[in-house]
Amino acid sequence: MLDVPHASSTDSSETAFDLRKEAETAGITETLQQLEQELIGLKPVKSRVRQIASLLLIERIRQRAGLVSAPPTLHMSFTGNPGTGKTTVALRMAKILHGLGFVRRGQVISVTRDDLVGQYIGHTAPKTKEILKKAMGGVLFIDEAYYLHRPDNERDYGQEAIEILLQVMENQREDLVVILAGYGERMTSFFASNPGFRSRIAHHIEFPDYSEAELLFISELMLRERGYRFSSQAREAFEKYIAMRRTQPFFSNARSIRNAVDRIRLRQADRLVSDLDRMLGIADLETIESADVLASRVFTGGADAVRSTKP
Amino acid sequence: MKLTQGCFSFLPDLTDDQIYKQVQYCLANGWAVNIEFTDDPHPRNTYWEMWGLPMFDLQDAAGVMMELAECRKVYGDRYIRISGFDSSHGWESVRISFLVNRPPREAEFELVRQEVAGRAIRYTTVGKPAASAAP
Repeated sequence: MLDVPHASSTDSSETAFDLRKEAETAGITETLQQLEQELIGLKPVKSRVRQIASLLLIERIRQRAGLVSAPPTLHMSFTGNPGTGKTTVALRMAKILHGLGFVRRGQVISVTRDDLVGQYIGHTAPKTKEILKKAMGGVLFIDEAYYLHRPDNERDYGQEAIEILLQVMENQREDLVVILAGYGERMTSFFASNPGFRSRIAHHIEFPDYSEAELLFISELMLRERGYRFSSQAREAFEKYIAMRRTQPFFSNARSIRNAVDRIRLRQADRLVSDLDRMLGIADLETIESADVLASRVFTGGADAVRSTKP
Repeated sequence: MKLTQGCFSFLPDLTDDQIYKQVQYCLANGWAVNIEFTDDPHPRNTYWEMWGLPMFDLQDAAGVMMELAECRKVYGDRYIRISGFDSSHGWESVRISFLVNRPPREAEFELVRQEVAGRAIRYTTVGKPAASAAP
């Protein structure tokens, strides 16, 4: 690999390695801590990410010690329901890989079918290659990857994009890491019809749904980021909101919660502006009252709410 | 005759690693990298044919190397050069250009003298046709 960041002099006489120092110079302790703090729940994901990071760290030390080290296959697939943090984890992953020098630049190119597949014959290959070239030295994140393959149309150009991808994934493993993401079942059938993909991906990571307690925690984190907080009644109301929203259609975990938080802010602003003759304190500005939460259409059956919470 | 055009042309031919580093330098400067090829490397032939489009928002030179490998596969018997175009205001021109591929048998040129009015001499560089090139 050429000009790897943090490339250390290959001193084969070294026999002891300070693991903590190694991890810190690579920046993974920091990134893993951030992952732990900012991502709620997702236990299996975190443990898998930690395993991968550890492997990469050890691999790097082995390289320096002059032991046999084969560059690990790093392509991954993230499966899980909408809003379970697949994109966020992909961004973190790029940081970890970059810190350890397994990708050279660490940029993340996020694409969907439209960016890879063309509309007419001969249009797909240049388009796919263009994206691959941009992603070289970084991470290519293909969201909703199963759209690449259209089983009902055998002349679909998606197949062409898949072939180019597979070729580059195999031949330029040290230049590029591909992460496929998508909803569980459809990814399974996608892999079933493209066995080449399945075998070229070393890490299949499943993203579980959030529990209600985790969703509440996420909502509070989001509010804190935006400089708001729940009053105690509002908090209770929001707990009820989450319980109801989860049973309604088109629920997409953290994304639904983010949308709910944004609408609650709207209603809070509306409530404050509706009474122009009073003096506002800081507390008024940052407190969400239960009325702001309870006005949601989710509490009245949610038929309309469905349309506005679609991702 | 070893063709000497562009940067580094008096040095031994660049290895792929060296090309990679030069391209990475171009990308780091924000220049658009072009791959061009020709079978007519006459010094006055400025306009070579382009291999694909200019590559301007790449992060890593591996993408360019991938294209270069493909260009070599198709046009390995021609001259291929890489150029870096700086589009920033005030420059708007090619900042670097170097050969990355030569045909097995290089082009030959000769200097033709022409006597004009007042015993003045005009010189022209003329490419020798490949067939008549000295063995």
